[in-house]
Amino acid sequence: MIKFIDIDTYHELLDTLLRNKTRSLLTGFGVFWGVFMLILLIGGGQGLKEMLSKNFEGFATNSAMVWEQPTTLPYHGYKKGRTWHLVTNDVQRLRQQVPELDVISPILSNWGSTIVHTDHRTTGSMKGVLPEYARVEAPSIRYGRFIDNMDIAQRRKVCVIGEKIYKSLFPAGGDPSGQYIRIDSTYYTVVGVDVGTSNINFNGGSEETVSIPLSLMQQAYNAGDRIDMMAITVKPGVTVSSITPRIRQVVARGHDIDPADESAVMVFNTEVLFGVMDNLFAGVDLLIWLVGIGTLLAGAIGVSNIMMVTVRERTTEIGIRRAIGATPRMILTQIISESILLTAVAGMSGILLAVLTLQALQLGSTTDGIVETHYQVTFATAIGAALLLAVLGTLAGLAPAARAMNIKPVDAMRDE
Amino acid sequence: MIDLHNVHKTYRGAQPLHVLKGIELHIDRGELVSIMGASGSGKSTLLNILGILDDYDEGEYHLDGTLIRHLSETRAAHYRNHMIGFIFQSFNLIGFKTAVENVELPLFYQGVSRSRRHQLAMEGLERMGLTDWAQHYPNEMSGGQRQRVAIARALIAKPSIILADEPTGALDSKTGVEVMELLKQLNHDDGITMVIVTHDASVAAQTNRVIRIKDGLIEQP
Repeated sequence: MIKFIDIDTYHELLDTLLRNKTRSLLTGFGVFWGVFMLILLIGGGQGLKEMLSKNFEGFATNSAMVWEQPTTLPYHGYKKGRTWHLVTNDVQRLRQQVPELDVISPILSNWGSTIVHTDHRTTGSMKGVLPEYARVEAPSIRYGRFIDNMDIAQRRKVCVIGEKIYKSLFPAGGDPSGQYIRIDSTYYTVVGVDVGTSNINFNGGSEETVSIPLSLMQQAYNAGDRIDMMAITVKPGVTVSSITPRIRQVVARGHDIDPADESAVMVFNTEVLFGVMDNLFAGVDLLIWLVGIGTLLAGAIGVSNIMMVTVRERTTEIGIRRAIGATPRMILTQIISESILLTAVAGMSGILLAVLTLQALQLGSTTDGIVETHYQVTFATAIGAALLLAVLGTLAGLAPAARAMNIKPVDAMRDE
Repeated sequence: MIDLHNVHKTYRGAQPLHVLKGIELHIDRGELVSIMGASGSGKSTLLNILGILDDYDEGEYHLDGTLIRHLSETRAAHYRNHMIGFIFQSFNLIGFKTAVENVELPLFYQGVSRSRRHQLAMEGLERMGLTDWAQHYPNEMSGGQRQRVAIARALIAKPSIILADEPTGALDSKTGVEVMELLKQLNHDDGITMVIVTHDASVAAQTNRVIRIKDGLIEQP
């Protein structure tokens, strides 16, 4: 039996592969590329997923937005096309009549405000909110705090500023809490900085938004009891879609709108959005595995094919080996080992390059030491890929090895 | 040493070919015999059977007291490895291995340790006067040198018999004579049983006994 610790066993394997370098290289490239693609696609797909998911970060998945649009149906003697407004009372009505709702957060916005601190000036949007808003679009507070109930009750002139605004007004950095800034014609005390970067947002990105108490906003901008929209979340175990008609009904009744007018009382359900995303991810995953495994398989088949040719070329050599005492099993072991070695070396290089590439991508998306998108595959994935390679190598070697085993010593002499 | 009794061999095919029709052959230990015959006489088939490269249909073949019949491939490989040394007309060295590596190969398949088999192979080459050529590849050597490497390889496992198939067939006459001298010397000094298949009468004349085969039967002298 061949000793596996014998250096010559490996020397032998290396010899046969190095004898035809170009061919080994080209054959190995198939496997190399297959693994490279597979790992790269897995990592890339994961990064893409994370990047897209980031858009929804800090955003309740069981939420919906309710806003007003001109009516599209005539009702109670009113013609269609009538404009109407959501009011603070709608929040109370919903809270009382639809108990499945968890958070109801009214929002009033104002665009294009000029914001000034000392000699720094920028523009942004204003958003009047209640403390509950933090439970819909979770702010990521770096300094200070978010708007609280006392701010609302006392109509305090306080504000929470978004990251971009913070950077424009306070280029030197530091905690801006307690500083005064002027927005349009009113002075506010900064109480917090929100560095959340969620790309889903209500009426303007949070980075360029100044949040102030809703009550103060309505007063300062002469909005009466008007609000622009409501962000809502439902209690656990309830789906937004199941209570959408009741939300619409409650709001519609208060404004003499046909409860069937889906266009007038817009209820945008984010569940739908997440469903679409989930399907998209599943599709991407399927594609990755199909392409990755397919390429890898093609590579392995290439190895098998070339090994077939090699075995045929080596008929004489194998015949000689058989004549001087190699058992069929030794020949089998040798051919399969060659196949595994070729596949493994090529595959490992593929894994290595893919991991390096992903690492570079990840470094590229890292700012201030904070990794924004994780492209790197896990160690387990790499190990799995290596195991897959070993299995593929064995499978690729099977057919050529079977052929080699069938070479009789007599064949060698006949081939001369 | 070699005992064949009523050995038959038929090649199956569209046209079954009855090649060996009851071979009776006895070769003693230490003999140097040659087998002669025209092509198609069955001498190659006989050699294959003697070398356990091929099986036979009927009869009995005893090699060194062991019945050789219907062996598994693994068993056959084992016997070939331990009991038989082959010398071929075209040397059949492995081209990408050096002389010493070629000589080592039978021991490699026996599982002999690396340093031990290297030592034995070097001794074998030294005996053939090829010490300086140990690290050379077959294509860097002359025909005579290659055949001597092949002989060293055949001897390395200390086999019971040496089977030589036209050992001088690919060599010029002068080298051929040298190789024959070498074989005779090995037979004489070590007492190794040697069977040489040839159609060269001058080669056959140098052996102790000539066995002629014709139409699948041994011709009785």
